[in-house]
Amino acid sequence: MTVGLNAFLTVSGLLFAIGVFGVLLRRNTLVIYMSLELMLNAVNLALVSFSRYNATPEHTMMDGPVFVFFIITVAAAEVAVGLAIIVALYRKGGTVFVSELNTLNN
Amino acid sequence: MEDILFYIFSAGILVSAFLVVASRNPVNGAMFLIVAFVGIAALFVLLESFFLAVIQVLVYAGAVVVLFLFVIMLLDVEGSEKIRPRVLSVVAGSLAFALMVLGVLALFASGLGGPEPDLPIQTAAALSRNFGYELFTKYMLAFQLIGFLLLAAMVGVIYISKGGQSTAPQSVKKGEEVAQ
Repeated sequence: MTVGLNAFLTVSGLLFAIGVFGVLLRRNTLVIYMSLELMLNAVNLALVSFSRYNATPEHTMMDGPVFVFFIITVAAAEVAVGLAIIVALYRKGGTVFVSELNTLNN
Repeated sequence: MEDILFYIFSAGILVSAFLVVASRNPVNGAMFLIVAFVGIAALFVLLESFFLAVIQVLVYAGAVVVLFLFVIMLLDVEGSEKIRPRVLSVVAGSLAFALMVLGVLALFASGLGGPEPDLPIQTAAALSRNFGYELFTKYMLAFQLIGFLLLAAMVGVIYISKGGQSTAPQSVKKGEEVAQ
């Protein structure tokens, strides 16, 4: 494969930038959450590509993929808890828009 | 061949990720999120992490997006997204995006090459064996803890979605009222 490490890292960085853009731009909590997932995936991609391009026959560098495995598990738990909190917020305030979730402001 | 696949999948990931952020309807956003996750799984295959590619499709494109769609349709907040984003958040988002893209470009201005992999292509069986060996020896404690974390998250989700208060005393009270 002639595609180098930098190509994968560029894709990862651009994906992370798009996620940050979404978090700052959008006001719907669900879309903000989806952008957060995109950022997590960008980091996973960077970890896997680093471990692949640094692997040698003596040390196959499985730490990166194992780390990504743990990140995916924690992200699944985090999504479940976060969406439950969003549902609870909607039940309480009747909205999922961050501009209207200003209870602490008043 | 692999180069062409890499460029196709990367373009797909970036375009669909942008559409996740830009789409007005959250349901469309969740659909584009599936495309982005499957594209990332394809990049994992190109990086020879086959197990992670399967996990990515199962957990993200399967469970997480279904959970998102479920909550979007449960809350039914369609139509309220017609409000345009504030100027301040547009400026802040564009600025952060431009800065990060600039940083990535400055880092990799020398080209998309970088170091070449030192390890020849391995069979999927050998890779899975290495992965499992590391997971169940070196990272055994973390593996156990992650199982406990999933249990705790499950209990927490059930508690939160039940309304945040314990229902046992109320049912006891109701029972007393019925008895009286």
